[in-house]
Amino acid sequence: MITSSKAAKIIPNVVLAILTLLCVIPLLLLLMASITDEQTLTMNGYSFFPAKFSAASYQYIFKASQTVFRAYGVTFFVTIIGTACNVLMTVLLAYPLARPGLPARNVIAFLVFFTMLFNGGLVPTYIMYSQVFHIRDSIFALLIPTFLMSPFNVILMRNYFKTNIPDAIIEAAKLDGASEIKTLAEVVLPMSTPIIGTVGLMAGLAYWNDWTNGLYYIVKRTDLYSIQNVLTNMLNNIQFLKSSAQQLQGVNLEMGAIPSVGVRMAIAVVAVIPVMVVYPFIQKSFVKGIVIGGVKG
Amino acid sequence: MAKQTPANALKGAPKKQGGFSKWLPLYALMIPGLAYLVINNYLPMFGLTFAFKKINYNVGVFNSPWCGLDNFGFLFKTKDAFIIFRNTICYNLVFILLGNVLAIVIAIMLEQIRTKALKVYQTCILIPYLLSITVVSYLAFAFLSTDNGFINNSILAPLGVEPVSWYSTPKYWPFILVFINLWKGFGYSSILYFATLIGVDGSYYEAAVIDGASTWQQIKYVTLPCLKTTIITLVIMAIGRMFYSDFGLFYQVPMNNGMLFDVTNTIDTYVYRGLLQLNDVGRSSAAGFLQSLLGFTLVMITNVITRKVDPDSALF
Repeated sequence: MITSSKAAKIIPNVVLAILTLLCVIPLLLLLMASITDEQTLTMNGYSFFPAKFSAASYQYIFKASQTVFRAYGVTFFVTIIGTACNVLMTVLLAYPLARPGLPARNVIAFLVFFTMLFNGGLVPTYIMYSQVFHIRDSIFALLIPTFLMSPFNVILMRNYFKTNIPDAIIEAAKLDGASEIKTLAEVVLPMSTPIIGTVGLMAGLAYWNDWTNGLYYIVKRTDLYSIQNVLTNMLNNIQFLKSSAQQLQGVNLEMGAIPSVGVRMAIAVVAVIPVMVVYPFIQKSFVKGIVIGGVKG
Repeated sequence: MAKQTPANALKGAPKKQGGFSKWLPLYALMIPGLAYLVINNYLPMFGLTFAFKKINYNVGVFNSPWCGLDNFGFLFKTKDAFIIFRNTICYNLVFILLGNVLAIVIAIMLEQIRTKALKVYQTCILIPYLLSITVVSYLAFAFLSTDNGFINNSILAPLGVEPVSWYSTPKYWPFILVFINLWKGFGYSSILYFATLIGVDGSYYEAAVIDGASTWQQIKYVTLPCLKTTIITLVIMAIGRMFYSDFGLFYQVPMNNGMLFDVTNTIDTYVYRGLLQLNDVGRSSAAGFLQSLLGFTLVMITNVITRKVDPDSALF
């Protein structure tokens, strides 16, 4: 720890307190906007201290808006199933790669690593998934591309197994007659909860926050939109309506089709809530995960 | 020149007894993961050859005729080619430089705090990292919206300044995008550096203090050298991604606004628009091809250089 004078100690506290506020305040503005009365919003704009409160935005979401509930369901489904599959596949690939003596182990590990250095990019990936595998407009479009397994996590987990699970324990289990799967499930996994938690967290966050798969592959079936897709779609629609309103001056636009200023912010709040509710409980393992994952594994 | 000693022979023997078949269950476990890598990662690599085809969806991608370097010719005839490469590279350089400096400064500050406040700081500065770019674009909109935005209504109006039409004025966007990128990412990298710092042996600092080192000298001669490996690793990884950009940051945050393309168009947004909005697969695939190839080359070059300069920090 750096030794410094008393006066010098105040500076870090002040700076960090300001930064902490800077990180939280925008979310506060979002929350305030979502509970501000619609007329106050149009008159005074988004503000931290609205003149008049109203819960109308949330009432609208709960009563009238089928879209938001459906999208919420889709997102929960995709996040839970996707994360479960992700963790399972990562474990199943990482464990054999950590076992000494497995023939061709290093070749396979290199093939996993190579995908982090080189990739085909969006055009071939899109053409393959849409023209060859035909996953457009299905739930698989949200689950499969990009997020189902991360090669980086495979390498991370393999290194964890290598350094934390002694070979002797695995050999002992096998001498007792346990099969490979039994050894993995009953001996190795209980010793690996930190890394499984980390991989699960990263995968879960990636699924919950993803909006690109929906953008690329959900074309007609808007009922399959995730909550993030509903949000992007709304923001873009507003932009579109505004620009066409400027072009078609005098034409009466059906403004009821898009939710009002406050409702938009309320839906954004609804999209953030699960992350913010879970975060305090996982904060510790999240920080641990960043540390394990960030510096080369 | 391995001499066949009895010990060697014995070592080899039991391995062969089980034969290949004893490994079969383990290979079976790997099938789902490897199959996914083949589909999601390896097949698209072969798809890079689409950059040399004139794609026609009516006859199918595989039956589309080859067209040599035509797509690259089309791409470089436009001024977009220069803009997207310039934007991608310049933004990345600024992000790498400012992002790491900021993160190191904050990590050093975090390290000096030994009160309960540390946990609060740590928890809060990570919040932006957890948000989806979609939500970030809403936050940006709440501040920047011309009619209802916080900046126009609550900051500029009381000062008597005319409202600014943020979403159609390109000159502000380099600053806005850099700010948002730093805001979203600084917590993550600060925590990384912080983790390295709390591992530093306290006796280094004690020795420095006995020698009369000031706070600044302690940072310069103890803290920064201890961070060297972490800094190099993070910078190499970032340089390896020099031709890639955060698609959401450059597409969704400026709301895909055409008036801003000069300063917001990057390789990723260009490829996406060409592929899915403008039906211009040729140029799109050419730009994507260059991105993959140049990105790969850059990782290899930086790694070779690092291995020469500082072998411990090399990635492989």
